[in-house]
Amino acid sequence: MKATKVLVGRPGTTVANKTGSWRTFYPVLDNEKCKSCGLCALYCPEGCIIVEEQPGQKKKKYTPDLDFCKGCSLCAAICPAKAIEMKEEEK
Amino acid sequence: MQKFIEGSRAVAEFVGMCRPDVISAYPITPQTHIVEELAQIVADGELKSQFINVESEFAAASVVLGASATGARTYTATSSQGLLLMAEVLYNIAGMRLPIVLTCANRAVSAPISIWNDHQDSISVRDSGWIQLYAEDNQDAADMHIQAYKIAEDNDILLPVMVCMDGFILTHSFEPVDVPSPDEVDAFLPKFNPEIYLTAKNPLSLGLMAPPDSYMETRFALFKTLEESKEKIVKTAREFKKTFGRSSGELVEHYKIDGADTVLVCMGSIAGTVKVVVDELRQGGKKVGLLKIRCHRPFPEEEIKKALSKAKNIAIVEKAVSMGLGGVLATEIKAVLPDTNARAGVSNFIIGLGGRDITKKDIVNIVDKTVSGPVENEFVNINLSLLDE
Repeated sequence: MKATKVLVGRPGTTVANKTGSWRTFYPVLDNEKCKSCGLCALYCPEGCIIVEEQPGQKKKKYTPDLDFCKGCSLCAAICPAKAIEMKEEEK
Repeated sequence: MQKFIEGSRAVAEFVGMCRPDVISAYPITPQTHIVEELAQIVADGELKSQFINVESEFAAASVVLGASATGARTYTATSSQGLLLMAEVLYNIAGMRLPIVLTCANRAVSAPISIWNDHQDSISVRDSGWIQLYAEDNQDAADMHIQAYKIAEDNDILLPVMVCMDGFILTHSFEPVDVPSPDEVDAFLPKFNPEIYLTAKNPLSLGLMAPPDSYMETRFALFKTLEESKEKIVKTAREFKKTFGRSSGELVEHYKIDGADTVLVCMGSIAGTVKVVVDELRQGGKKVGLLKIRCHRPFPEEEIKKALSKAKNIAIVEKAVSMGLGGVLATEIKAVLPDTNARAGVSNFIIGLGGRDITKKDIVNIVDKTVSGPVENEFVNINLSLLDE
């Protein structure tokens, strides 16, 4: 009897394994307050703040990727515009 | 071809004929001669293999783990503290289902330092998921290695095998050994052909983290496979007998058990001494027999129950202790006996720790004590004058 599914890891499992479930708090980003400084994306230890260009606008759009965000709150703490609020995850 | 050679040399020659791709080991008495001989065989160009020198047994076990994961046939050997230093890696090897073959030249465990024989080292890692075979003589030890690869590398099994042979008593003694030709071994032992292995062509990882939702399944699979491997061990022993014309038993060996009132149970080279005593006692009209445990893991529960079903008195004679409990084999055998009646006749003896000689007289005394009443955890020939009050 073997447990190959468990014992053998294929490439790309860090994308498949959604680690966001480890989180207790999750960030909510207010696009109105955001000044597009990019500090949240720079400071995020998991690299899971998605940065997108917005057509016709100088301002970029920042979205926490909740599939992988662990809820550490660093983005909220570093945000100079106080545009990120941490809310408790309902489980 | 019959050769009169040292046990270590015999094992080295037989392992060499199994053509391991990678050999790694660290010297420790009494195992050293085996890998010295193998290093010589490789250096002489008789075996095309990578012989990797390392700085510890932990490293040696790790090297064969990595090599085996790439699909290489691998070999290592150790003893005593060396085996215990490998302990973490032994669990990894079994957990990753790598069919590595290891020789444990059985030696006592420190402190105090003893380079001499008992079974405490291999017994201490009996729960790691390795198959454990115990050799009676040098022919047996050498033959077991050829069988070990065949058992281990079966794609339905994929378990590591530890061949245990008594340090000095076997490793350093010269005996006639029937050495097969390389062609005969090639015909018996197919090439290692794993279905899953590390290769850059098809990237994968082995031994990753398993969270609580999947770890237990790997342990269940390991447990089940150990049980399933009994059939493979028996089948391999039979095939070996058919091909090479000799056998040292399958999971267990019965020696004059039929009609025996008193049956001794033991593992390893002590079986040789016990057989001689059994012959002599039988000539004197005493109904005595021997049950040799050849395979300790997986534990041959059914075979033991069957073999001991008619015995009035049972003497378990072993070279290891579970401190705070008693003889390991004795505890296990008592656990599989069917009822309190069967267990009532069981005596158990701890003998030969740290290489103390085991004489025929010792075995005769054990038989007498067992017949006259159950004895529990008796340390044979303890010299009380060495002990403080």
